Amino acid sequence: MSSAPAPAGAVRSSARRAARSAGWAAAAVVLLVVLWEVVKAVVPDTGWHVGEASVLPRTDDVAMPHVWDVVTRLGQPETSAAGAPTVLGAMLQAGWFTLRVAAAGWVLGVVGGGLAAVLMARWRVAESALLPWVVLSQTVPLVALAPLVVGWGGRIEIGAFAWQKWMSVALIASYLAFFPVAVGMLKGLQSPTTAQVELFRAQAASWGRTLVSLRLPASVPYLLPALRLAAATAVVGAIVAEVSTGTRGGVGRLVIAYAQAASGDPAKPWAAILAAAVLGLVAAGLVTLLGLGLGRYRHAEVS
Amino acid sequence: MRLTRRSAWTATVVGVATALALSACSSGSGGQEGDEPEASASAGALTPVKLQLQWFTQAQFAGYFAAVDQGYYEDEGLDVEIVEGGVDIVPQSVLADGSVDYAIAWVPKALASREQGAGITDVAQIFQRSGTLQVSFKDKGITSAADLAGKKVGNWGFGNEFELFAGMSKAGLDPATDVTLVQQQFDMNALLSGEIDAAQAMTYNEYAQVLEAENPETGELYTPQDFNVVDWNDEGTAMLQDAIWANTERLADDEEYAETTVKFLKASLKGWIYVRDNPEAARDVVVAAGSQLGASHQLWQVNEVNRLIWPSAGGIGIIDERLWSQTVDVALNTRNDQGATVITAEPSDDAYTNEYVEEALAQLREEGVDVDGADFAPLEVTLEPGGA
Repeated sequence: MSSAPAPAGAVRSSARRAARSAGWAAAAVVLLVVLWEVVKAVVPDTGWHVGEASVLPRTDDVAMPHVWDVVTRLGQPETSAAGAPTVLGAMLQAGWFTLRVAAAGWVLGVVGGGLAAVLMARWRVAESALLPWVVLSQTVPLVALAPLVVGWGGRIEIGAFAWQKWMSVALIASYLAFFPVAVGMLKGLQSPTTAQVELFRAQAASWGRTLVSLRLPASVPYLLPALRLAAATAVVGAIVAEVSTGTRGGVGRLVIAYAQAASGDPAKPWAAILAAAVLGLVAAGLVTLLGLGLGRYRHAEVS
Repeated sequence: MRLTRRSAWTATVVGVATALALSACSSGSGGQEGDEPEASASAGALTPVKLQLQWFTQAQFAGYFAAVDQGYYEDEGLDVEIVEGGVDIVPQSVLADGSVDYAIAWVPKALASREQGAGITDVAQIFQRSGTLQVSFKDKGITSAADLAGKKVGNWGFGNEFELFAGMSKAGLDPATDVTLVQQQFDMNALLSGEIDAAQAMTYNEYAQVLEAENPETGELYTPQDFNVVDWNDEGTAMLQDAIWANTERLADDEEYAETTVKFLKASLKGWIYVRDNPEAARDVVVAAGSQLGASHQLWQVNEVNRLIWPSAGGIGIIDERLWSQTVDVALNTRNDQGATVITAEPSDDAYTNEYVEEALAQLREEGVDVDGADFAPLEVTLEPGGA
């Protein structure tokens, strides 16, 4: 448990590492754009078929608009109605809404998952009792769950507090975010070696002391990837739940609304899909920031 | 050593606090944005009523939004909250479990839910005609159900296919062997690219989407002259669609609810009459209520929905016995490609009633309102690319 302040060189090299990974990320985006346009140029408009089965989808301008058309569409007004925002503006607004709902779901999921993990680490009985349920919970399809949650929520009204639809969405997002945290953190809490645990026992450290000084720090390398994964699943969960429950204001709604223009204005639905993808990246990126402060525990990150 | 550890934890705490703040933010203001438009602030004496739609805000439901906007509900002493639908929201189930007071649903789907135990009653049949078409390019020569023989026929499934199957059976075709059935997406790209010959489309939505797309041969938008449509109203296998459903048990036991039903119907019908007489204003009401569809698409939708309602022989909302039994007949006897029917037995007598709508219509007639729309004339709507 000894440590020295991180040398300045380490900070510089981590900055360089960050710059390099940002460069690679940009290169990946460029590669994707090039790949998209190459497929569009090479594959015939009707797609590739082996017999009756379609191997590659259609590549005409309706099915696969040019990347620059999608980008241009971002800057144009959403509809011809007076005062309509640009597609980009609408996306940013919707993204902000979904990000906040997903963040609420993420916090809820992380707290719930963390508590479940500690409980399971404390008592083996809890682990045998809870873990199968944790795994089982993820096999319930979201589309089956969403109407139920909305139905239950619709009847909650305590004094001035009335259940809002976005709370159902956040709850569904937390349900997805909960899983990686519970499983990842449990693994982390159980990761100290027998020798380490016995050292604490030999010094008559309480279970709580062992938790705070040994198990929690040891869980960090497992926890951080789990938190990132939870952020991404919270965003996906929020978007799917918005679509499923018909919640207004978020990216999910935008995806469906824009999809109606697929035949007449093909760049528009792709813009919404782009917004959904970027949102997932932003959420995962924000969580990565959380990890910066925990650098000294991250000697062997497991992902 | 102490210092580093503390600063590490501080950073973490700051990070967690940021996340918490983000989520607190969403609990603070997210509610208003995700909320439905509330009727009025002075809701003290008004009876709260919730109406569940089948889908997002769009002109298909213009009458209810117009009734809120014009204060018709308020005039009847009601504070109506319109609850939007979603992909997995089944309005008749939401109504049956008591979360809302009324719901908009298609008759066959609601009948199927009734058979599974949902206690709901059709109290007003808003759409008198079916809006479902089978659309094809002119050169395919498909002008009636019989012409579908040997063609690739798109359908949405999920209970939207029964008019099509009944129409084909009626024309002497076996849907299983005489046509190639194709599961259709909710956009019309497969029709435009020729992957299917005849695609399912609602007059007020998908058909407009086709007419908002560019014809690559001319560089202009497609026009109705480029297509043939098979209309199930003409083929005699149409099924009743948008209707207002109420809770059967509460209608029977709760006198106040029965009274509210008449008031709710009266104001809703008045809303639809407003939409008939002011289609452009109705479009603006729907856009203001938060629809993200383009303005020309919305006006088209207002106009087509009006055509499904008007003229309304006997008054808007009356359930036509002949069309009801045609709907029940198709629902009972038509098998889809999985061999399923919509319902397996005749619906019970409380499946529909004209009692409340007749009372509402009588009151409206007394006020001198035209509830039949006998001289209704639709608009000529020009669609913009993408419906913008």
